Amino acid sequence: MTMTTKPETPTSTATPIENSLTAGRLPRPAPWIILGAAIAVSTAIFGVMALADGAGFNWGAALLVGALLYIPAIWLFSMLVEGRRRAMDRLVTALVTGAFVLAMIPLISLTITVITYGLNRFDAEFFTSSMRNVTGEGGGALHAIVGTLLMTGTAAIISIPIGLMTSVYLVEYGRGQLARGITFLVDVMTGIPSIVAGLFAYALFSIFLGPGTRTGIAGAVALAVLMIPVVVRSSEEMLRLVPNELREASFALGVPKWLTIVKVVLPTSIAGITTGVMLSIARVIGETAPLLIAAGFTQSMNWNLFDGRMSSLPVFVYTQYANQGNPPEAYLDRAWAAALTLILIVMALNLIARLVARFFAPKFGR
Amino acid sequence: MSTAPTAIKAKQRPGDRVFSGSAVFAGSMILVTLAAVAIFLIVQSLPALIASHEDASILPENFWSYVGPLVFGTVWAALLALLMAVPVSIGIALFISHYAPRRLASALGYIVDLLAAVPSVVFGLWGIGVLAPAVQPVYSWLVDNLGWFPLFAGPVSGTGRTILTAAIVLAVMVLPIMTAICREVFLQTPVLHEEAALALGATRWEMIRTAVLPFGRSGIVSAAVLGLGRALGETMAVAMVLSATGVVTFQLLTSVNPSTIAANIALSFPEAYGMNVNVLIATGLILFIVTFAVNAIARWIVSRRKEFSGAN
Repeated sequence: MTMTTKPETPTSTATPIENSLTAGRLPRPAPWIILGAAIAVSTAIFGVMALADGAGFNWGAALLVGALLYIPAIWLFSMLVEGRRRAMDRLVTALVTGAFVLAMIPLISLTITVITYGLNRFDAEFFTSSMRNVTGEGGGALHAIVGTLLMTGTAAIISIPIGLMTSVYLVEYGRGQLARGITFLVDVMTGIPSIVAGLFAYALFSIFLGPGTRTGIAGAVALAVLMIPVVVRSSEEMLRLVPNELREASFALGVPKWLTIVKVVLPTSIAGITTGVMLSIARVIGETAPLLIAAGFTQSMNWNLFDGRMSSLPVFVYTQYANQGNPPEAYLDRAWAAALTLILIVMALNLIARLVARFFAPKFGR
Repeated sequence: MSTAPTAIKAKQRPGDRVFSGSAVFAGSMILVTLAAVAIFLIVQSLPALIASHEDASILPENFWSYVGPLVFGTVWAALLALLMAVPVSIGIALFISHYAPRRLASALGYIVDLLAAVPSVVFGLWGIGVLAPAVQPVYSWLVDNLGWFPLFAGPVSGTGRTILTAAIVLAVMVLPIMTAICREVFLQTPVLHEEAALALGATRWEMIRTAVLPFGRSGIVSAAVLGLGRALGETMAVAMVLSATGVVTFQLLTSVNPSTIAANIALSFPEAYGMNVNVLIATGLILFIVTFAVNAIARWIVSRRKEFSGAN
């Protein structure tokens, strides 16, 4: 048997490739150089435009246009040097990175805005006085902070036991139709728009206590409707993580089922459950619409959940913005200061939740 | 012939009965709550469904002519938001799962999640104070140069508080949940598929196109539908940013904008009285039904792929 065709031997006339691994590719720093060039070009264009019509130089627009310019530029260069497939790859890399940067713009802009405007009135008076008899400057959000804490606290008191026991039921007891139904309904509850929860609480209390009733407890019920599914979901996930061997070991020692749950399952998953609960609190503490509907707003301090309207921080932000008096700056400053307070509370809750999850998590062998 | 061994009944202690009883009770509370939500909304809505202008001053003629434009506005704003949020969230999710350095990935994911922690009322303030003035020049440029395109027809809004701005804010607000779900599915792509694609000489994009995206398609769809559910029900940001006139129009940049159900409730409810309250609750019921349907579709898509459980 003889081979009829031989593999072609490379002809000696072909120019040897210097380094076959990097040949035909853009050098490593090329994307950065192209990005810099694109921004420089756009800055130049905007600079000329700014000089031409005497308007101020718009840094944000210049950077944005520069970044947009980079996308076709890198594609073109890569097309010329590396070919179609790599050019496509470069293009997608640029687009994907661009998507992330794009999402960062609102986050950064929002952070800067809230801090700069919020600090104007972030003072002692803001945290020590209510809006009672305040028109114009001065005043504070103490009544709203108290209302937020009372209503969120009550919502937590309602929803943590229900949510936790429901997840215990789903994980430890639930079999068959009822468990499937509850799982489905928890999904449905997760999707309830917050304003519908507010309408529900309003309808509930106005049927029993007469139309137009707006109280703190109605707001708390609305928040609890929003909070329960989140608590169920996160605790269920945590309880399912508890290894079955722990339960079996406990049963083998003759421990009753309920004591096994209380002494073995719950302590093992308590860190995760705490994290989930705190995240759910962080989620409902910023809810505006249901509280606006169910608890209304007021200018004065109200410590009684069961009597009279009750303000809360998010509703305070909204009403200060929506019902601006004279001078409007005083109202806007209060709105921003309350927004800053609210964000700080939410961030603190999130941070503590993550820390709890990290430091108190049970140590498994893995 | 074999008989199944009779199950040995565990001894029932009082503690067991109390504990399992309270667990069942808590579970049934979910049923009760949801039934109560539905019942109370329906009871309060029924009078509004047959009301006319004489009964409720808020109604132009009857209930359906009132709620029609609102439903249109709700769906239109949510779809616009989705149109912007879907590509961006897929991009972010890919960036975090396949492009960013491994060590940074979880930190970057956390940063995106921070967006979810911002209360909607703060987004509303930001939308009015920062976003609307920033996009207004772009809008007037669009109207001047692309005004022939029906969506961009003028006259341009002077404040920038149009339905497009509201949709941008909505898009930012639904980004985190959609990104989280997409990221989760993308990370679940079998590594062997990815390595096989790379071994065949695929570039990173070709690997993603052939291995990651087909695997994650149902996850992307369910993320989009869940985001749609969120955007439909979002209230305060829209109520604050949008200067609504309650018309039906597809134009994006004028000062004449459709309102959304949720925003309309938030704006009208504090001053509502008598039958108007029932009308607003009835619109809330319709919002509930719409979001319920949307979420049910999302769950159905997710449940077809049991192994994926990123949707919480």
